[in-house]
Amino acid sequence: MDELLGNYLAVVIFIGVALAIAMVLTIAPFLVAMRNPDPEKVSAYECGFNAFDDARMQFDVRFYLVSILFIIFDLEVAFLFPWAAAFPKMSDYGFWAMIVFLGVLTIGFIYEWKKGALEWD
Amino acid sequence: MTLALSELFFWLFSLILIASAVMVIWAKNPVHSVLFLILAFFNAAGLFVLAGAEFLAMLLIIVYVGAVAVLFLFVVMMLDVDFAELKAGFMKNAPLGLLVGVILVAELIGFVSSWVITPGMVSRIASPSPVTGGAVNNTQALGAVLYTKYVYFFEASGIILLIAMIGAIVLTLRHKPGVRRQDIGAQVARTPATAVEMVKVKSGESSVPAAKEKV
Amino acid sequence: MLTLLDLLHGPLKPEILLVVSAMFLLMYGVFHHDPRGGNVSWLSVGVLALVAFLIAYRAWNHPGAFDSSFEGAWVNDGFARFMKMLVLIGAAGALLLSFAYFRDVGGMRFEYPILVLLSTAGMFMMISAGDLIALYLGLEMQSLALYVLAAIRRNDVRSSEAGLKYFVLGALSSGMLLYGASLLYGFTGSTHFRDIAQAAHGMAGNVPNVGFLFGLVFLLAGLAFKISAVPFHMWVPDVYQGAPTPVTAFFAAAPKIAAFALLIRVLETSVPGISSQWQQIIVFMSIASMILGSVAAIGQHNIKRLMAYSSIGHGGFALVGLAAGTEDGVQGVLVYLAIYLAMTLGTFACILAMRRKGQYVEEIHQLAGLSRTNLPLASLLAALMFSLAGIPPLAGFWAKFFVIIPAIRTGQTGMYILAVIAVLASVVGAYYYLRIIKIMFFDEPAEAFQPMPRPVRFVLGLAAAFVILFSLYPAPLLDAAARAAHSLF
Repeated sequence: MDELLGNYLAVVIFIGVALAIAMVLTIAPFLVAMRNPDPEKVSAYECGFNAFDDARMQFDVRFYLVSILFIIFDLEVAFLFPWAAAFPKMSDYGFWAMIVFLGVLTIGFIYEWKKGALEWD
Repeated sequence: MTLALSELFFWLFSLILIASAVMVIWAKNPVHSVLFLILAFFNAAGLFVLAGAEFLAMLLIIVYVGAVAVLFLFVVMMLDVDFAELKAGFMKNAPLGLLVGVILVAELIGFVSSWVITPGMVSRIASPSPVTGGAVNNTQALGAVLYTKYVYFFEASGIILLIAMIGAIVLTLRHKPGVRRQDIGAQVARTPATAVEMVKVKSGESSVPAAKEKV
Repeated sequence: MLTLLDLLHGPLKPEILLVVSAMFLLMYGVFHHDPRGGNVSWLSVGVLALVAFLIAYRAWNHPGAFDSSFEGAWVNDGFARFMKMLVLIGAAGALLLSFAYFRDVGGMRFEYPILVLLSTAGMFMMISAGDLIALYLGLEMQSLALYVLAAIRRNDVRSSEAGLKYFVLGALSSGMLLYGASLLYGFTGSTHFRDIAQAAHGMAGNVPNVGFLFGLVFLLAGLAFKISAVPFHMWVPDVYQGAPTPVTAFFAAAPKIAAFALLIRVLETSVPGISSQWQQIIVFMSIASMILGSVAAIGQHNIKRLMAYSSIGHGGFALVGLAAGTEDGVQGVLVYLAIYLAMTLGTFACILAMRRKGQYVEEIHQLAGLSRTNLPLASLLAALMFSLAGIPPLAGFWAKFFVIIPAIRTGQTGMYILAVIAVLASVVGAYYYLRIIKIMFFDEPAEAFQPMPRPVRFVLGLAAAFVILFSLYPAPLLDAAARAAHSLF
């Protein structure tokens, strides 16, 4: 347990400092800044017009396909980490197992490419 | 003292985890829900680190925060749903949901209170996670078995990923009709014979209509 | 390197062939611009036939061979080979049924047969699972492809809805199954069916503790979703109705059989010592499925929806044999599934014959007076309906016979009651099957259907011949099922 915390001490300190700075910067304006709001000041301003509609814009469905394909390759990469970490002691069997795995996904990648799924329109 | 410290972190992570999980359901704005979900993922990753499962912690950050949460955000922003309207039905069904929840909690309490671990179970665990800081770390220990002992499952997950890829493309890929794409192969393969056309232009006439027909 | 190459010569050949050829066909389809998928479809049927040949060859040369690989995560015994043959027949039949359908309604993609192949590979993994992880991965591999298949006509609202419903409920069931699996692992310390059986056996006084039972119940709930047993059946009618008809035929045939194989294997190899505990669950699911299957189907107008309820009911009947928990009982389940497979494929071939001017109709009243416009089709469909209702001497009767007899033979009062309910449910269920026959033979004829395409005719002929002639020569199937069941005990 000792060593565990020792390993992650830097991360903990980093997060602590980041939190502290963020808090200070968020809270300070409430205490220091001058505030004198009126309705015109706090309303949304779009090039001199009143806001036309919701600021949230609908996304294109095509983003969905892109991110799904991204997740799949992300997972594939996740499998590569333990492989790389254990590589020095890896048997041939383990090496070729990963090559087969990559081969399967390369087939998928070729399919994707030929289908034009990586093109925007 | 250090034990107390790790306990402190345990409580910190679990409390924030539970609170942010509640906020995922509670938040009015679905985008906020997704953001709270990301916070929950981070704290779960912290718990994994405390438990010595560093690789899982890293996966949670890379895959869930990096990819799945982003996908959720896309989906939330893609849908044109009036979320306030969706929430309206919430109070109507709340009593029933509460009832089911209460029954489940009661069952869980009855279940946990009679929790007995099979004798000798600890000795049966195939390969316990190596102690952090030892000669072999968590990720290496996974790597040592994942590609040899568990190669069947590993390759099967590869095929599942392939199916997911095919499925996503079959169901969502649509090409806009009439979009002209750059075909680099065709461009490179062009020769002067196909690229240039010699047109004799008679004096007083234009060559433009003929050229237009070619295109 | 050597060991990986050894796999190619090992007993895993059918699985490897299936997956590799699916990937090869994927490349072929995408490079040869085969959007209608004609060649890929026929090649897929060929691949399925080749795989069936490999399995049959192994069974022929080494009857009773027990292959096991990956430390028992993959087992191939007589039971697995029997079930794999059934799944292959289901998949090939569904593929043959789909050619004409997709030609008429459009929307054929070359990915369709490839997804069928990949989901068949998933079913193989389920059938051969000897480990909780293999169970889960196989189930996901199968289901993921099936979700896509249900929604493959993506411009059709019904089809998309079917895919979405199936996906959401399937994900829910996977979650329950995973929860149960992790509890089982937590309480026994192993994901292996063998070790789980030992641990369950070693528990104090042979009464497993609450946590273990919780895990088992969740696991069974997840599997009940996949065999569409009653408390978890709500997705079936919508998905069966919404999915394209050949896909529905595939759903009713192959995945159900694979899920049954998984259920039988989990119960008989990982928790055989505590059968009194899980028997209650199986009996409950069985009774509820039989009753709902017979009663809810009565009011249906859509024949695909009717077949969905019929499929739920037949699942309940098959569970009767499993509830008995004996070797005879399991043999009965296997016979039942084989006969159910033939009846289902035959009936869906008839449904696919219901088309006028290239339009497919699905309402039962459209069959009116079929005997006067197309007597052969009407009589074959009538035979299939009689068989589904369980009227002797057709195969469906023997299917019910072989699951009910072992239940009675156990001599327990509960099993007697179960048998009586089964008989009553089949009487109620007979009503709606006979109603279809009445509509075909005694109502005023509607417009004639178009002639059947050849592959559909082939499937129908084979299935109907099996159903009608089974009682003349039942020995091969009974022997094979007996050998398969024996390998589990």
